Amino acid sequence: MSVFQDVMKSNEGAILAGWMGELESSTRRSDLINDTDLRRQGEELLRLFTAATQLSSDVQSDAFASTREFLREIARSRMDQGFTAAETALFILALKQPIFTALKSSIKDSSDLIEEVWLSSNLLDKLAMLTVSSAVGFREQTILRQQEEMMELSTPVVTLWDGILALPLIGTLDSARTQVVMESLLTAIVETNSQVAIIDITGVPTVDTLVAQHLIKTITAARLMGADCYLSGIRPAIAQTIVHLGIDLVDVQTKAKLSDAFALALKRLGKVVTTIKQPVAKNKDA
Amino acid sequence: MDRIPILKFGNCLLVTIQVDMHDELALSLQEDLTAQIAKYGSRGVLIDISSLEIVDSFIGRMLANIAAMSRILDAQTVLTGMQPAVAITLVELGMVLPGIKTALNVERGMELLKDYLAQHEEPEESDGSEE
Repeated sequence: MSVFQDVMKSNEGAILAGWMGELESSTRRSDLINDTDLRRQGEELLRLFTAATQLSSDVQSDAFASTREFLREIARSRMDQGFTAAETALFILALKQPIFTALKSSIKDSSDLIEEVWLSSNLLDKLAMLTVSSAVGFREQTILRQQEEMMELSTPVVTLWDGILALPLIGTLDSARTQVVMESLLTAIVETNSQVAIIDITGVPTVDTLVAQHLIKTITAARLMGADCYLSGIRPAIAQTIVHLGIDLVDVQTKAKLSDAFALALKRLGKVVTTIKQPVAKNKDA
Repeated sequence: MDRIPILKFGNCLLVTIQVDMHDELALSLQEDLTAQIAKYGSRGVLIDISSLEIVDSFIGRMLANIAAMSRILDAQTVLTGMQPAVAITLVELGMVLPGIKTALNVERGMELLKDYLAQHEEPEESDGSEE
């Protein structure tokens, strides 16, 4: 153990140079990170690592706390820069070769050498694993955040007129999303005091029995609250699918286009759209 | 025992449920309401459940029963102010309350009831005058 510590301490410069050389030849991505940054990160990490190895050989110990923190930071920045998790791991693993070289030149006895190589290799593997797991963790966080954002983005409730709401659905409907759709529509009905809601499924690629079931549930819930709910944007292919699947939409008011449903909603509220006479003709005469 | 007050409003009856419904209360409401419809010969029943936040299958069935009973006694039931959560629960329970008219709030519910009653009384009168 002491040999490894001594080697790390006395050969820090040589190891750094060897490490940078190794990175250059194997996994260098000069398009994503420049030499100065890479070198600075390498120096800092090696300094922390050397300091930590002087105190302990356990990666989870307090001595390695700052090294772990620094690696997490590196993993985060690498992910932001567009590195893959494997490339981030190789950044650490490239440190093996120069350390082995340094150990080889300092230790003459072969069994001692194997012992020290195993120890240092073990240590570096654990650090690389830590880096990969935090890199993947960051990626997962990003995916989760995006899923939530998508969920919110994909269910906008639009007010078409005083008392008429529209819900243009885009993308595939699953149970979780339908739940959000249902809740946001019903809440919007209460908030805006609307009498009519139009669900437009122009952007829904496929309608299966489950999706139809969800839509019928939403429409029934809206009816229970005292609002009429129309279904629009049914493409010919979807109309065929619905009939082939034997889905019963008899109780649901359906329209082919959103405009048709809107016209029906206006009629339901006792409103009419009329063409007003343009005063253009008068101007021409004058 | 607490009872839910039933208010007479012209030829309609007004019920607002403002406490958590338990089964006994629901049953007594059912009894009282049918008795009152028969007594006053009411044509419409408006039940406001805007304060009702918890609903189970029993209450759902009770509402459906009240509507059916009123129907037999020739009164139309209008349910108003159902909360989104209650609506979702009822749908998930498979209770779609057929035969009940619904409205967003009491105001709309009254309009609906008036329209309904006007529609269903005019033909009789006009038939009578024609003959």
